[in-house]
Formats: sequence, structure tokens, C-alpha cells
Amino acid sequence: MAGKSVGLEDLSVAFVMEPLAAADWLIPGPVVFCLLVGSILLMLRKRTDLQPLIAIPALVVLCAMTLGLLAHVVSNGTVTMTMGRWLPPFGISFTVDAMGAFFAATSSLVALAAGIYGRGDVDHSGRRYGFYPFLLLIMAGVLGAFMTGDIFNLYVWFEVLLISSFGLLVLGNERAQLDGGVKYAFLNLIATTLFLIATGYLYGLFGTLNMADIAIKATELRGTAPLMTLVTLFLLAFAMKAAAFPVNFWLPASYHTPRLVVSALFAGLLTKVGIYALLRILGMLFPVEREELSLIIAIVAALTMVLGVMGALAQNDIRRAMGFLVISGIGVMMAGLALGSPAGLSGAIFYAAHSMVVMTALYFAIGIGAQLGGSFMLSSAGGLYARSAVLAFLTLMLFLSVSGLPPFSGFWPKVVLVKASLDVGAWWLAGSILVTGLLTTIAVGRIWALAYWRPANAGALEQHAAAQSLPAGAMAALAGLVVLSVGAGLWPEPVLVLAQDAALGLIDPSAYVLSVFPGEVPQ
Amino acid sequence: MEPLFALLVGALFTVAIYLFMSKHIIRVLMGAAILSNGVNLLIFTAGRITREVPPIIGADSDVLQASAANPLPQALVLTAIVIAFSFFAFLLVLGYRAFQKLDTDNSDEMRVAEPVNEPAPPLGY
Repeated sequence: MAGKSVGLEDLSVAFVMEPLAAADWLIPGPVVFCLLVGSILLMLRKRTDLQPLIAIPALVVLCAMTLGLLAHVVSNGTVTMTMGRWLPPFGISFTVDAMGAFFAATSSLVALAAGIYGRGDVDHSGRRYGFYPFLLLIMAGVLGAFMTGDIFNLYVWFEVLLISSFGLLVLGNERAQLDGGVKYAFLNLIATTLFLIATGYLYGLFGTLNMADIAIKATELRGTAPLMTLVTLFLLAFAMKAAAFPVNFWLPASYHTPRLVVSALFAGLLTKVGIYALLRILGMLFPVEREELSLIIAIVAALTMVLGVMGALAQNDIRRAMGFLVISGIGVMMAGLALGSPAGLSGAIFYAAHSMVVMTALYFAIGIGAQLGGSFMLSSAGGLYARSAVLAFLTLMLFLSVSGLPPFSGFWPKVVLVKASLDVGAWWLAGSILVTGLLTTIAVGRIWALAYWRPANAGALEQHAAAQSLPAGAMAALAGLVVLSVGAGLWPEPVLVLAQDAALGLIDPSAYVLSVFPGEVPQ
Repeated sequence: MEPLFALLVGALFTVAIYLFMSKHIIRVLMGAAILSNGVNLLIFTAGRITREVPPIIGADSDVLQASAANPLPQALVLTAIVIAFSFFAFLLVLGYRAFQKLDTDNSDEMRVAEPVNEPAPPLGY
């Protein structure tokens, strides 16, 4: 063979490379692992008894990997792996900075909790229709989105998580699910198509899709290229994915219809991927355009949080009220994006992680409550405190956390955001965060008073006279997430420092650029 | 060449958005299919259109000719086609199942998940 290639370069030299450091395998590891386990579970589709036994240990391993990656990134800074050793910007890079690693670790903890909760919540037919394979595949999409350093690749991961979410959403094939699924599917498809349109324009303008390369070239192109149009298109696409106010109606239409654990997973993860993309693209790649748009983003943020919580106040179905609280939280995160200062962005990042944990836990809590008390409807629920004081106590902690009261995890990011708004004189933004907190307290306080404190009516008691014991796995998943929320509330220092690091990495992307292009002098 | 393609993309977007405004799921579905084709054409055009040399490295060379067409948009479009096709297939089935179960393809009448006269939450015990 070698004799025939006379006159050509000796290509074999190019294939000799340094062995990879073991820690670098952590960069593509979580995504590859999710895809691998997901496909194994798909092959074992009919062994419904085996599926949780494989999936839950696999999710534990996944958590270990992402937490290891977080530790690696915290100690060594941003890390990059470019696929197939095609030098960037030509190869697809996975670049993990503090924000990506933080979100990846938090989301895999949430997924582990969902895997454990799902063991009791998803019956054998649900497992045969693929709950666990979809769970692993949606995690591949979510983690891929958090880690990739290439915009088209980000689009691909969005689609991976979207198609898995479709599968999860219609699991069970009920009328309400099909109804909600249609609205969810179409509006999300339009949102990702908008993202693709923006990506096409971006490629036409920049000639590159690598985020670090875009960050370098944006400064030169700013004078000549229509970047404002581009960034506004990205804002619309991701605001739709994140369910920000004028384009949020797909969320309350669909999030209460699937199995409870699926709602919990969606509420925890999906909208935050939209927020992540907003922070990455508007916050890091196009800071000048974000500054121009900041008033619009701030108005959208204020409307999203206030109208979201007002929607929650008007609901009789507790699950739908929770869906509106997800939207309200998105508004708080967008307020941080609108501010754009280190404090604002770090508040948004902290709040996103808090919201992942707490929203998932809230859905778990009301799911266990409905199992014990028999109803998701406020008008008929009751007597849960008498049934289980532990559950009532855990739920109350989550309710206080989602309202942003101390000493729980929702308090600190709101403090940071209110202070950051007042620093730039945006009193109305600070005011709407505080008003939202008050209204949220009222909304969740009423749920607690009616569903937990109110004595159960006689009919419901009789119906559930055969007292179900507390589902142990579900309670463990709930308790684990509550411990995370209380822990971050009582000892916020490490999380605040991490969020601050992540925000500084967005504001000055030179570490990100250097990680992708070693030796390049950042501007 | 590019302005012509840009106009075509604009026309496809217009048709798609017009179809999106319909209440009938089947029309929205058609709109989604047309929009995805428009986007594919957009990405292709964004990579600049040249029609002289295909992007194939000859046996006697290690690099592409300078005048070769841009292969990257083709790869992107290929990915986007696969994704759009699978989504179209899924949505087609979803829309059909919804029509079977809900007996309508009018989105105004799809009120199972969000009932019209949902009771307000109780004001007290």
C-alpha cells in the first residue's frame, strides 16, 4: 500500500496523535453513554422488569460522569474536544465551560430522580412503549445541547431532545395527551425551524458555525453584517423554546397531560435548554446586540413572570398551576439575561439550576399527593396533611423555595437579580420580581391550604379508605431533590461562586476561545 | 443566481406562514413541510451557489480546487432533510391519531386538554 502512494504526502503521519488524557473522555462521555444505554434499553423493550434495573444504575453513572466533568472544569477551566481531530473550526467541537458543566450536572441529577420516580409511576405498558429509552435519549439531547460548541450541532441536539419529548408526551395515547401533543409538537417544531433559519443566515454571514470562531469574527463583522436581525431571530426562536410570554401558550396546553414523571422532567429540563441557548448565544456570542435588545428582553421578562404567576392563580388543576409557575420562572431568568451584568447573568444561571431541581420536585410532590388524596383538582383535593405529615412538610419547603423565600434555593438568585436590577436603576424589573414572589406565595399557599391543610371530605376518604402507603422510591426521589434545594439555600456560597464563574465566562469568552483555538490571541 | 433563490425562499416562507394561520391541522402540517423545504433552500443559498466544479477531491490532489462548490451547506441540508422528514412523518401520525380520537382536525375544537368551562379554584374551604 505504501509503495503505491508515491508522490503523495505520507498521510499516516497525520493520524499519529498524543493519547487523550483520561479526563478528556468526560467531555463526549455523558452523551455517548446516554445514546448507548438508550439503544440497549430499546433492544430490551419487552423486558419491562429489567428496564429500570438497567436505567437507574446507568443514570447514577451518568451523574458521576457529569459531576466529574464539573469538577474537571472547575479546576482546569473550559475544556474542548473536537470530533475526529478535524481542527476547529472545521470539526465539530464539544466545548464545556462552567455554565455547560453546571447545567449538565444539575440536569443529570434531575434525570436520576425522574428515573427513580418513574419506576413507580410508569406501569409495564408505559415501559414497553419506551419510557426509559426515551428518558436516556432526551438526556443525550439535553446534555449534547449543554456541551456542544457548534451552532448547527446545537440545533441537532435540540431536535434529538424534541423527538424524544414527543415520544414521552404521547406515552399512554389518551385523548388529552393527543390534544396537548398536537399543540406542543407543532409550536416546538416551528420554534426549532426558526432556529434553523437563523442558523442558515448566520452561516451565510460568518461562513462558520463554531461558536468560538463566531465570537472572534463578530467584532469584525459588526459594522457591515445585519447582526441585529439575526440576533432578534435567535431571540424569538429560543424565547419560544423557553416559553417566554407572547409565545408560551404551548406549555400550559400540554404539560399537564402526560404521565406525571414526564411532566416533571419536562418542567425541569426542556425550557431551561431554551434559556441556556439564550445565555450562550445572546449572552456570549452577541453581547452588543443583546445590549441593544435589553429593554425588549426586560419587558418580555417582566410580562412573562407576572402573567405566568397570574395564570397559576387562576387554575383549579394543580398540574396546570405548576405549568404556569414554570413560565413565571422563565421570566425571572430572562430578567437576568436582560441585565447582562455579571450579577444578572449569574443570577439567571443560579435560578435556572434552582428551577430545574425545584420544578421537578414540585411535580413529584403533587403526584404523590394525588396518589394519596386522589385528585389533582383543588376543588376536591384535601386532607393530605392528615395522610402524611412528611409529604406535607417536604411540599411546603418546595412551595417556599419556588416563591423565593429564605432559607431555600430560590431566595439567593432572586436577591442577586433584584440587587442587579436596582444597580442599573431598573426599579420596575426589581419590582416585578418581588411582586411575582408575592403572587407565587399566594398561589402555592392556597394549594397548600386547600389540598394539604383542609380536612378531606367524607366521600374522598371512603374512596381511599384502603390507605395506600407512601411510595418509597418516589418519596426518596422527592426527598433527594428537596435536600438539594435546601442545601443550596443554606450553603449558597459554592453555587454562587460557580454561577459567578459561569457568568464571567460568558461576558469574557476569551477562555472559551482559547480552549478551542489554543494559541489564538483573543480580542 | 442568489437573488432568484432568495425570492423563491421568500415565496415558500409566505406560503408556509399562510398555511400556519389555518385552524386545520392538515394545513398546518403542509405548512411545516413547505417551511422545512424553504429552510433547506435557504441554507443551500447561504453557502453561495457555484455550479462549475463538484466538491470532490481528485485522485491527483490532496485538497479541493478553489472554484469547487461549498460542500458544508450540502451536509447541513442533508441533516436538515432527514430531521424534517422524520418530524413530518411523526406529525402526520400524531395528527391522524388526534383526528381519530378527538374526531376533529380543527384546532379550535380541540379542547380536551384545556376544557372551555373549567371551574375556577375554590375561594375558601
